[in-house]
Amino acid sequence: MMLFDFEKPIEELYKQIEKAKETHVKGKVNMLDTIEQLEKKVVELKKTIYNDLNAWQKVQISRHPDRPYTLDYIENIFKDFIELHGDRNIADDKALVGGLAKLDNQPVMIIGHQKGRNTKQRQMRNFGMANPEGYRKALRLMKIAEKFDIPVISFIDTPGASPGLEAEERGQGEAIARNLLEMSVLKVPVVCIIIGEGASGGALGIGIGDVVSMLEYSWYSVITPESCSSILWRSWEFKEKAANALKLTSKDMLEMQMIDKIITEPTGGAHNDPETMYKTVKSELKKILKELCETDINKLVNKRIEKFSNMGVYNE
Amino acid sequence: MSWFKRVKEGIATKTQDKKETPDGLWHQCPKCKKPVLAKDLIKNSWVCPHCDFHEKIGSEGYFRIIYDDEKYTLMFDNITSADPLKFVDSKPYPEKIKDAILKTGLNDAVRVAVGKLNGKKLVTACMDFKFIGGSMGSVVGEKIARAIDYAREHHIPLLIISKSGGARMMESSYSLMQMAKTSAKLALLSQSKIPFISLMTDPTTGGVTASFAMLGDFNIAEPESLIGFAGPRVIKETIGKDLPKGFQRAEFLVEKGFLDYIINRKELKQNLSTLLSIIWDKKTKKKESEEV
Repeated sequence: MMLFDFEKPIEELYKQIEKAKETHVKGKVNMLDTIEQLEKKVVELKKTIYNDLNAWQKVQISRHPDRPYTLDYIENIFKDFIELHGDRNIADDKALVGGLAKLDNQPVMIIGHQKGRNTKQRQMRNFGMANPEGYRKALRLMKIAEKFDIPVISFIDTPGASPGLEAEERGQGEAIARNLLEMSVLKVPVVCIIIGEGASGGALGIGIGDVVSMLEYSWYSVITPESCSSILWRSWEFKEKAANALKLTSKDMLEMQMIDKIITEPTGGAHNDPETMYKTVKSELKKILKELCETDINKLVNKRIEKFSNMGVYNE
Repeated sequence: MSWFKRVKEGIATKTQDKKETPDGLWHQCPKCKKPVLAKDLIKNSWVCPHCDFHEKIGSEGYFRIIYDDEKYTLMFDNITSADPLKFVDSKPYPEKIKDAILKTGLNDAVRVAVGKLNGKKLVTACMDFKFIGGSMGSVVGEKIARAIDYAREHHIPLLIISKSGGARMMESSYSLMQMAKTSAKLALLSQSKIPFISLMTDPTTGGVTASFAMLGDFNIAEPESLIGFAGPRVIKETIGKDLPKGFQRAEFLVEKGFLDYIINRKELKQNLSTLLSIIWDKKTKKKESEEV
């Protein structure tokens, strides 16, 4: 497993465990106690390190190559998933996936950004950066959900909307804007979870929900720390400073009341123990959906509009 | 040819006889480089009479062009920026705001006015690029939201004139959420069937394009305005190639189907008046007769 710089102390312990295991097998010396103790130490150390992460370290965790992506959550939480493709105009965007599924017995419509695991996949998924047709596909699926009275679950994980020639030609701005407008009055419950990166309009484009939650080590901001650094400090070197200044962690976002909930990650992050992560997300989703589905939809929509209308701090 | 020779060395005109050309009397068009009398330029809605180049103007200029007798009432102008994130880059955010207020005489990057256009009421929210690049933070979002609410409550058509570099980074996610806020409010306006005309001017980019600017019942733009989501520099860096000529200009957007039409600023007022007379005046008359 890939370790971050700030996890280096753990690496040392891993090495010791390896050695102990080797001695146990080859040297025929009983090392089980030692191994157990070392493993305990690893857990303790991880806890200590992960309790004291700065904003930039959290950004790094959100980008860990082994972190679960949208399709992983779909596969491990839902059943009967039927993927639906295309925006009916231009193409099928592989960076934004969606489809129908069941959460236990509750039918749901899922939409979400999708990243790739290897170079080939990453290219195919355009690094999770959706094009206008992706946002339009998402809207099409949400409209189907509205028609058949099925709640929408949105998984957000993107470094931003695709900044390309074609994206501009096909109206990236209009596509995102349309989603913001339509989602704010969509007559079914909408739950959004930021599972990794939540950058700018690209994230918000599928991010208007009755409950917007963030995984503990995900982030949400108007811009990536790198781009912010390059614009405000005219160099990529200040990304740590930018990450800090942007107040992009789940804790900051909850304090500023721009999200409704933080979903705790297993120690060492979601990539460290995906199974536990899936279980937590599933039980949270069930809890949230139960509550939302019991509320009158008109009340829900009014509350949704009011929530976003109240965001902003100014003097008067 | 003695007349061709100077009689005296140096400047012969006495100081008290010197004729002054006042500053700002003449204006040179940045496009065709031809001079034009400033007062003629103003009369021409800040459009070059030689080449139709549209000078960049602010809310003051637009309100004067649009409203009858240059009369209008400013609204919600007392709202100013706070510093929720205690943001510091080259200098603290509150200092940047203070400087911008001093430099521009404006309170933030948008002003809202209500007045009459050819006798009919119109609410206008107009952005000012000179205030931190027309960037959208909490104040811009709130003022636009209130303009929309006002239009809805008083049953008056809404015009938003956009001119913005995008989000105000110093307000991070607060800035991002203004996109959601303004779009949600526009959904309500649309449900009330009150017309919203979005005029995009040079430049309209980023979060403004990806929210209210693109959501008009009618999306219109001034000639040659730069309009896009990602800025040209970012796209150029991403694709590693030069961008085609005219890319992201208003004419390009009409061609791609994202604008209803391009309007010359000289014809803006008349055009808005005609458009509203078709979709709105009949409706207000009907409503008035019902009230009687």
